[in-house]
Amino acid sequence: MTAADLAFYVLSAVAVVSGWRVFRTDSMVRASFLLMLSFIAVAAIMLMLAAPYIGMATVFMMAVEMMVMALFMVMFMMNPAGLNPMSMVHQNRLSIGAAATAFVGLTVAVLFTDLPHEKVARQAPVIRDLGHELLGPSMLVFESAGVTLLAAMVASVVLSARSGRFGPSDEGSRPPGLEPGGEPAGRVPESEQEDE
Amino acid sequence: MTLTAVLIVAAALIGIGLYGALSQQSFVMLMMGLELILNGVLLAVIAFWSLGAGGPPRGQVLAIVVMAVMAVEMAVGFALVTAVFRRRQADTTEKLGTLKE
Repeated sequence: MTAADLAFYVLSAVAVVSGWRVFRTDSMVRASFLLMLSFIAVAAIMLMLAAPYIGMATVFMMAVEMMVMALFMVMFMMNPAGLNPMSMVHQNRLSIGAAATAFVGLTVAVLFTDLPHEKVARQAPVIRDLGHELLGPSMLVFESAGVTLLAAMVASVVLSARSGRFGPSDEGSRPPGLEPGGEPAGRVPESEQEDE
Repeated sequence: MTLTAVLIVAAALIGIGLYGALSQQSFVMLMMGLELILNGVLLAVIAFWSLGAGGPPRGQVLAIVVMAVMAVEMAVGFALVTAVFRRRQADTTEKLGTLKE
């Protein structure tokens, strides 16, 4: 076994185990950092696969993304610090079955397919090729990805803005009552607060 | 490090991500499952590009499209979580039994 093989096995184990621990840890913040660890291990494998640009871009993207994710965890979860044990799952058995089926199915497909074996040349200028491809023949794909990201930015601002173009975003919205027809639980919409 | 081995690792990541996306109640944890699936997809794309297809430049463009999908999923997903929480005080899938309030 060469050093590269050993590194690959270690990184694969890190990626898979930390990906699995994401759904087993009690702390939400720890979960997002475990997911980041999984992504960084995959990025390191991609560096070994002669894709330095994609690998490094993944590391940077995931570092920022997981910071945002940790922030959202603290904002939205009732138990972000993981001080008490927590398991918030539904249809657990079905999910395990689906996951196992997916893994076994994909593995069988991989093992029984006659995969092509043509390695990328050792000294190939992959980043320069990628740059020429992105700003040359594949520019439409690249620009479409860029415009899609712009649309996503606009969409996320529209969705998360407190007030829309036609007044408060929660106008006419009442939280459901604790009992049917009872007082609304949680926050009363702003439009109704003013009336009281 | 063969193509088969890398693809099996990618399959494991996709399986774990599928488990998370189907089983988690919290929206944010559910999105972590989706991210893990995309992580496996990205690894598989790069493995095919590097070990199977001899490194054509277009393979990396596909990987960049997958990364754009990841970013869009995160941005729109978090905006939806914020909007749903603001309207319905819901942070788990169980609290969204109906489309209307």
